[in-house]
Amino acid sequence: MQIWSWHGFFTYLGSPYIFRGALITVIMTVVSMMMGFLLGLLTAVMKRSQHRVLSWPARFYVWFFRGTPLLVQLVVIYTGLPKLDIRLSVLACSIIGLTLNEAAYLAEIIRAGLNAVPTGQIAAARALGLSERQIAWRIAFPQAFRLIIPPLGNSVNGLLKTTSVTSVISMEELMQRSQILVQDQFMVLELFSVAALYYLLMTTAWDFLQRRIEHYAERPYRRQQKTAAVEAIELPATTQDAR
Amino acid sequence: MPYIDVRDVCVRHGKNETLRHAGFEAERGDIVSFIGPSGSGKTTFLRTLIGLQPVWQGQMDVHGRNVDMAAPASARILREQAAIVFQQYGLFGHMSVLRNLTLAPTVVAKRSRREAEHEARALLERLGLADKADVLPADLSGGQKQRVAIARALMLRPALLLLDEPTSALDPHKVRDVGVLLRDLAQDGMTIIQVSHAMGVVSSLSDRIVLLEDGQVRAVGTGRGYAAQQPDIAAFMNTHGGDAATDPAGSRSDPDH
Repeated sequence: MQIWSWHGFFTYLGSPYIFRGALITVIMTVVSMMMGFLLGLLTAVMKRSQHRVLSWPARFYVWFFRGTPLLVQLVVIYTGLPKLDIRLSVLACSIIGLTLNEAAYLAEIIRAGLNAVPTGQIAAARALGLSERQIAWRIAFPQAFRLIIPPLGNSVNGLLKTTSVTSVISMEELMQRSQILVQDQFMVLELFSVAALYYLLMTTAWDFLQRRIEHYAERPYRRQQKTAAVEAIELPATTQDAR
Repeated sequence: MPYIDVRDVCVRHGKNETLRHAGFEAERGDIVSFIGPSGSGKTTFLRTLIGLQPVWQGQMDVHGRNVDMAAPASARILREQAAIVFQQYGLFGHMSVLRNLTLAPTVVAKRSRREAEHEARALLERLGLADKADVLPADLSGGQKQRVAIARALMLRPALLLLDEPTSALDPHKVRDVGVLLRDLAQDGMTIIQVSHAMGVVSSLSDRIVLLEDGQVRAVGTGRGYAAQQPDIAAFMNTHGGDAATDPAGSRSDPDH
């Protein structure tokens, strides 16, 4: 038996079966990330609330979903919901599990971002007559969002690969499909190399996207740098004039 | 009837009374200074005037209007009457100086953006900041930040301008500039209320000085140039920094803040 088959590698690389698996991985990541972000934002805001009615459920949620394995959460959702007569597809169960799990981590990232917004700005906004909602959307969120993009990027990268855990509830994503084919032809190295390549491709695409998002979030600050640069050029001239 | 009359303000933290039946009066265009030892309640008192500090009870008559300061809706009414400049300014870091000025007028008072920007530029011009409209707060000096914060407060056309320690974060040579600016504003009819540790500024600038001690008004001095001669106030000033232009070190650790 040969060590490495290029033929096998390229066959699997071009395989629609594997490609569709990768597509499912992307779909699960994108949907879970977006829903997880919204749920995480809500959880972070609740956890920061001074009212215990709001902060305690949020604390419990984060404590529970960060403290138990995703694998267990998925199995419980997959086997538990039908017992309540709620029948969902494997994909739906996977996305629910990933969302609930991811939101717990994102809540902490978002909370860190919100905590970093100086309290003096919040008090000033309040004194200027802005409502709590206006303060959140116009003062707190924009500044917090800029700060949390790098850790958010980590989360997306992590989630892309964590989706493979959904194979325990028979979700046929990229990793699961690779393993199915391994059992067929035993080309372990070739297949897993193809899978790794797909993951790299997806994370690279995300890297690119993340840079664009950062570029967008830095917009107001960039205009500032330009002004500072112009001043830096003009400064020596004025000093010369003074002499 | 005085232009502003604040009476009987009480603030409680549990069983602790941090402000007990405090009050003062002022005429339009007066500069009023709250002084007193650390923990005497002067910053708390200032914050009650704009609804940032809930009160147990208290009445304010301002500009011919009575406000029950303990009523739940009072914060909104107080913020229509007053604007505040914090010690650390609280400028919005992600917005240009111009947007810092126009935010509240456009989203709270619903004025048109164009009109607000026009007024903001005129204000910046008056305060010598015409070229800073598009700059971010991070790129301003301390003195410039403060003038932007004052301009932002003035955009609301308040009857009362409140300042918390306006000179404590400034270089000594900038302190005089602030005094000149405040005097200018007062001459235009703005009533100014400040908390200050800088006794030199207080005695030269104030039309009224309110000495707080242990949450109570201990003494009031009136008359520009004379206010500081009230015996209790003079005694307090003698023991607290004399004519120091700037805040004696340690204001940042003041439990008032």
